[in-house]
Amino acid sequence: MRENTATETYSVSLSVASDLEFVELAEAVTATLARLTGFDEETAMWISMAVREAVINAIKHGNKEDRQKRVEIQYAFNRDGLSIRVMDQGSGFDLSQVPNPLDPENLLKPTGRGIFYMKAFMDEVEIHSSPGEGTIVRLRKKMRPRSP
Amino acid sequence: MVRVEHRTIGDVHILDLEGRITIGEGTSQFREAVHRVLQQGGRNILLNLAGVTHMDSSGIGELVSAYTAVGNRGGRLKLLHVPPRIREVLTITKLATVFETFDDETTAVESFR
Repeated sequence: MRENTATETYSVSLSVASDLEFVELAEAVTATLARLTGFDEETAMWISMAVREAVINAIKHGNKEDRQKRVEIQYAFNRDGLSIRVMDQGSGFDLSQVPNPLDPENLLKPTGRGIFYMKAFMDEVEIHSSPGEGTIVRLRKKMRPRSP
Repeated sequence: MVRVEHRTIGDVHILDLEGRITIGEGTSQFREAVHRVLQQGGRNILLNLAGVTHMDSSGIGELVSAYTAVGNRGGRLKLLHVPPRIREVLTITKLATVFETFDDETTAVESFR
């Protein structure tokens, strides 16, 4: 993959119905754009896994798999990195009520690791959500300076 | 999706997994494979993850569910040939402290004795 030397910022948008069938599409688009940004294969894979988690949450927990509701995924990338916004049309949630999956009592729970996954693989994760409103997840991965 | 091959050495059931353990087909196929072994009376399960390329949070959840389901029946579930990507996920989720992992099949099988 060529090095991304572009000074301008490119943007791409993807809008999908709330069906888990579209998760693979979002993952594939993300991996492609991460490579275009200039990330190596391994980093592109982790970024796409983080976005995958955000899209799954938006479809399952946000829009409750209502196919009439959309999940919007917006990408912006330049040589400094890749930013992604994932938005649902759900009723929102209280972030403070999300249990920490690393707490001993939660370690063997089968669910609840999606947000943790995003935070583990991205440089920045911001979640804007409140009951009654949709959720916006902002993810960012910065391009590391290349050694001379 | 994940392809599953089932073989046994003594009373140890080895599931050779190849592909993606991710939400949807991948997690369903994995869950069904573990449940088939349990229904057949198998209690010692060794998951060979050498061919697993991706595991999302739902895949991790299935792994935890399988561990609990096997344990609840008095069995043990252990991991073999954990690829670096999956090892990283197990480490950050602190599950590396829960699962017994092996890099050698013979040693892994003998550990059930």
